[in-house]
Amino acid sequence: MTATLSPPTTTPEPQAPLQPQGWLRYFSFSVDHKVIGLQYLVCGFIFYFIGGALAGMIRTELLTPLSDFMPRETYNEVLTLHGTVMIFLWIVPVVNGAFGNYLIPFYVGARDMAFPRLNAVAFWLIPPAGLLLISSYFIGSASQSGWTAYPPLSLTTPATGQVIWILSVLLLGGSSIFGGINFIATILKLRRPGLKMLQLPMFCWALLGTSILVVLSTPVLAGTLVLLSFDIIAHTGFFNPALGGNAVVYQHLFWFYSHPAVYIMVLPAFGLVSEILPVHARKPLFGYITMVYSILAIVVLGLVVWAHHMFTSGTPPWMRLFFTIATSLIAVPTGIKFFNWLATLWGGKIALNTAMLFSCGFIFNFVFGGITGVALAQVPFDIHVHDTYFVVAHFHYIVYGGTVFVIFGSVYHWYPKFTGRMANESLGRLHFLLTFIGFNLCFAPQHWLGLNGMPRRVAEYDPQFTFINQVSSVGALLMAISTLPFLINMVYSAFAGEQAGDNPWRALTPEWLTSSPPPVENWKGPAPLVTHPYGYGAAPESQAVGASSP
Amino acid sequence: MTSSSFPSPISASAGSPALAAGLPVAEAGAGGVAVSLPGAGASQDTEAGHHDGAGHGGEEGHGDFRLFGLATFLVADGMTFAGFFAAYLTFRAVNPLAEGGNYELELVLPTLNTILLLLSSVTFHRAAKAIHQDRTQACRNWLLVTAALGFTFLGGQMVEYFSLPFGLTDNLFASTFYAITGFHGLHVTLGGLMILIIWWQSRQGGRVNRANLFPLEATELYWHFVDGIWVLLYGILYLL
Repeated sequence: MTATLSPPTTTPEPQAPLQPQGWLRYFSFSVDHKVIGLQYLVCGFIFYFIGGALAGMIRTELLTPLSDFMPRETYNEVLTLHGTVMIFLWIVPVVNGAFGNYLIPFYVGARDMAFPRLNAVAFWLIPPAGLLLISSYFIGSASQSGWTAYPPLSLTTPATGQVIWILSVLLLGGSSIFGGINFIATILKLRRPGLKMLQLPMFCWALLGTSILVVLSTPVLAGTLVLLSFDIIAHTGFFNPALGGNAVVYQHLFWFYSHPAVYIMVLPAFGLVSEILPVHARKPLFGYITMVYSILAIVVLGLVVWAHHMFTSGTPPWMRLFFTIATSLIAVPTGIKFFNWLATLWGGKIALNTAMLFSCGFIFNFVFGGITGVALAQVPFDIHVHDTYFVVAHFHYIVYGGTVFVIFGSVYHWYPKFTGRMANESLGRLHFLLTFIGFNLCFAPQHWLGLNGMPRRVAEYDPQFTFINQVSSVGALLMAISTLPFLINMVYSAFAGEQAGDNPWRALTPEWLTSSPPPVENWKGPAPLVTHPYGYGAAPESQAVGASSP
Repeated sequence: MTSSSFPSPISASAGSPALAAGLPVAEAGAGGVAVSLPGAGASQDTEAGHHDGAGHGGEEGHGDFRLFGLATFLVADGMTFAGFFAAYLTFRAVNPLAEGGNYELELVLPTLNTILLLLSSVTFHRAAKAIHQDRTQACRNWLLVTAALGFTFLGGQMVEYFSLPFGLTDNLFASTFYAITGFHGLHVTLGGLMILIIWWQSRQGGRVNRANLFPLEATELYWHFVDGIWVLLYGILYLL
């Protein structure tokens, strides 16, 4: 105690045990980025299963055209909680917080994040915010206005749940901003001497872009939600048309965050898949430089496309034109990345293991969601399918088919690093197969539902849609079942998996150049200088990736 | 206390219990765990102790990136204001006010307030210059002047609030006006408290001195930011 509190002038203690050791550290205010990363990961998975159970309730309700499984208000609450949990407590924290925290310090050759304690604060905001959100269901009524909380709907539904929802999202937004600041400072300021920006693994660029979006857009949502809470609590009229306010301004401010939020959810997945593919295809990442520019282009464009969510909100023609063009333009950098991944695989010595399967599943699903995304950017088509199941199908292809597939692929890829043991391949492939079939069975038919006019967010529907909805629900059931082999695999392999050794994939990125799991400060000796993170299958002097002088 | 053998950040933070935000992190064991509050930029200094501080395995030297972290936070903070300003300008462009409401305001007091705040930026700059020249007493005096100007500004805001003919919920303009100026006033309040804290810490034997200027520099950056926001706010809310 006295030693840790002594002023910095005294001789530092030997480096001995820096953290609480053993499993207890995962429940502590640890400042080790690897501990925090795994805290994010496990916490995120808990919320994933909660959100998944809520999705199961939705699909159960939709088995029949009538609202007979739960009351309509409950359906609205479940719907809102499902969206909020999945976005703010599962995808954003896991794909940024978990993998970002675990990998970024390795990739920049640092021993921890730039602000380790801020990092721990950012994580520890999440469990209370999540509990707060879920508790609202049990203390009266959860928010019923969907994850978008559009006024005037959010002003007329029960206030308690809505205010708790706002508070929870504010906490999560704060966590996200703190994380973003930390990632930016770590990537830009904490690089090992001699390591150039264009030698960094692609995940660093992806997370840098993501963090810029977080820092620029999340505060706007926070401010907007504060105003919304004033409308609810103090009866101001910012967004309340009955009091002279303007509800469309809320939509603009909300989507100024929430469209970039799509990239906050998917850019890190781009980065992760760019790490996984070269390792298991034994080929350099194709088009490193174009990949970097694509990420930066997506960051810039991602900030100026928000109003394509609002084509039916009385947007003037010039605005429709601008946002259609800007949105369509995003297809260019995204397409570049897609072809770069294909070219990375092309002619590679592909190991079709679980991580690779999930990555390929990602590419397949993502191109599907990307194409429907470009379609939705076109005003005439968007007006036709706005607020239908076509949109539901589209964004689930992006966030589930895209990002969640990458999360699973990444868990399998880095499992040996996390635990020192290999995950079971057979269970992993079974998990992939069930997830892939279940996911596509669940969401592909919803395109048809939407095109034929089934509105989203409603517990009842026209009986002509019954059969397709039942098909979709069977898909959802398969997805639920698919988590069983995953969970069994994770737990079983942690205790009885094959010993992995330090680098079972013979990967070249820096996190593999240390023991598995890594020691507290990442390397026993000095941090290695990795200038060719993708130099697979080529002689060292001709390694193209990132080697070209910046 | 064995479970609390945490690395160097704790030791680096030991001098700043005043900035501890008091999150329930009892297991960390040390009263001085400085947790960054939004806006409390000066408390971030301890974060980097992990790397600049003693006892970090001879890490290769990195420049001091704490101000960079604060600047990134201020960009985020500025975006909150940007959202408010955008909302205000849109309201003003498309939402007519009900009878009796208008977008005009009395200018005398806010103009005086603007001058006070701009002066306070100058005096803070003088304080920083003084401590660079090792004139600690002059620095501390300038800090007190700066804090006094800041709190006088807040007093002026109070006077204005109580003399305005409209209340928070009267109309859209009133609500927006109070939300934006109130949010800015919150920033000034935090900044004033931060200045008083570094004034206290720059006493003889305190932790702010020529060898450790970060708390002062961070507060200065934050204070200039808050002043800059006010200038924008004055232009948009009062002059436009």
